[in-house]
Amino acid sequence: MAELDTGGGGGKHKGGKVRSKKQSTRVDMTPMVDLMFLLITFFMLTTTLAKPQAMDLAMPDKNDQDPNEQLDVADTRTMTVLLGNKNRIEWYIGLVDDPKTPPTVENYGKNGIRKAILDKAKEIKGATGKDMIVLIKPSAKSNYKNLVDILDEIKITNVKQYAIVDITDPEIGLLKRDDIY
Amino acid sequence: MPKVKVPRKSTAIDMTAMCDVASLLLTFFILTATARQPEPLTVDTPTSTVKIKVPEVNIGTITVGDGKVFFGVKGQNVRISMLEKMGERYKIQFTPEEKKRFSLMESFGVDIRQLKQVIALSSADRNKEGLQPGIPVDSVGTAPSQLHDWIYQARVATKELNDEQMRVSIKGDSKEEYPAVKKIIDILQKQKVNKFSLITSLEGLD
Repeated sequence: MAELDTGGGGGKHKGGKVRSKKQSTRVDMTPMVDLMFLLITFFMLTTTLAKPQAMDLAMPDKNDQDPNEQLDVADTRTMTVLLGNKNRIEWYIGLVDDPKTPPTVENYGKNGIRKAILDKAKEIKGATGKDMIVLIKPSAKSNYKNLVDILDEIKITNVKQYAIVDITDPEIGLLKRDDIY
Repeated sequence: MPKVKVPRKSTAIDMTAMCDVASLLLTFFILTATARQPEPLTVDTPTSTVKIKVPEVNIGTITVGDGKVFFGVKGQNVRISMLEKMGERYKIQFTPEEKKRFSLMESFGVDIRQLKQVIALSSADRNKEGLQPGIPVDSVGTAPSQLHDWIYQARVATKELNDEQMRVSIKGDSKEEYPAVKKIIDILQKQKVNKFSLITSLEGLD
């Protein structure tokens, strides 16, 4: 096929003519094949992995006629998560002026809010037999990453009922008190 | 007894065939890989653990970063139809040439009154950082904001041409402050779009 004459030259001839030794024309393709497969792997992975992910988000329906319309939810099984600045979170259960659990400042991540959500969800499930509701209230000082992070935690902890709600003044006061606003 | 001698074979394998296959595959992957479109506003998306891919068609992307808002929709015919509708709404005539050039723009971020100048630029100039100031998101008097109209017309155009609901996705910068994102969400909710996607990049479980 692609092989050329590889017969080694050389050998003294009687005529005394000095002939240069014929070099083999066969090329070692191994490094080339290595490189090829490296590139193939690269292109294969980048074409499928580079696609960004989409996190679906459903907002509660808004009523234009009555913007102050509020849906009442049981305060005993409602966890409110306030997003403050400096990547900090504050959460409490119940109402803001009468919390069932005192407001706690927490970090994002595995040992922070995730643990709190999981613990409380179990506790509430045991006490009331119903699932916990999480209300996410991002403050003006939080950034977009915080919002995505908390939604991600919600997905990880498998909370079924959650909503993004506007923050209220007493809650901002709470954040200010704990110096994360 | 004479010993049976096994003739020693060379261990060198002919790599030519393997090389052929490898280069064939390589060519295939290079050609099918879609080149990354240059974006006029580059944002650093936050990471998340969700694994749902962004769909390729019928999707409008609102890019938020650095206080600016850009908008883009997939599909060239949808873009043309969207521009025509917006032109009617704002009483601006676009020539067929301008429509053609606009249909090749991945996303844009200018006031519609300055859109003609941006269309006239070459794509390299257009995507220079800081050239496009972002689409106005504030409503003027009782009239809705321009972003509201763009999204609305894009949805109408997608519905008309592809007979599918346009999905709306928000691509925000990690450091973008929440009120800027909230503004976009409010605009979407005003059109009764309560379900949309947030675009994130991949993160490992920690």
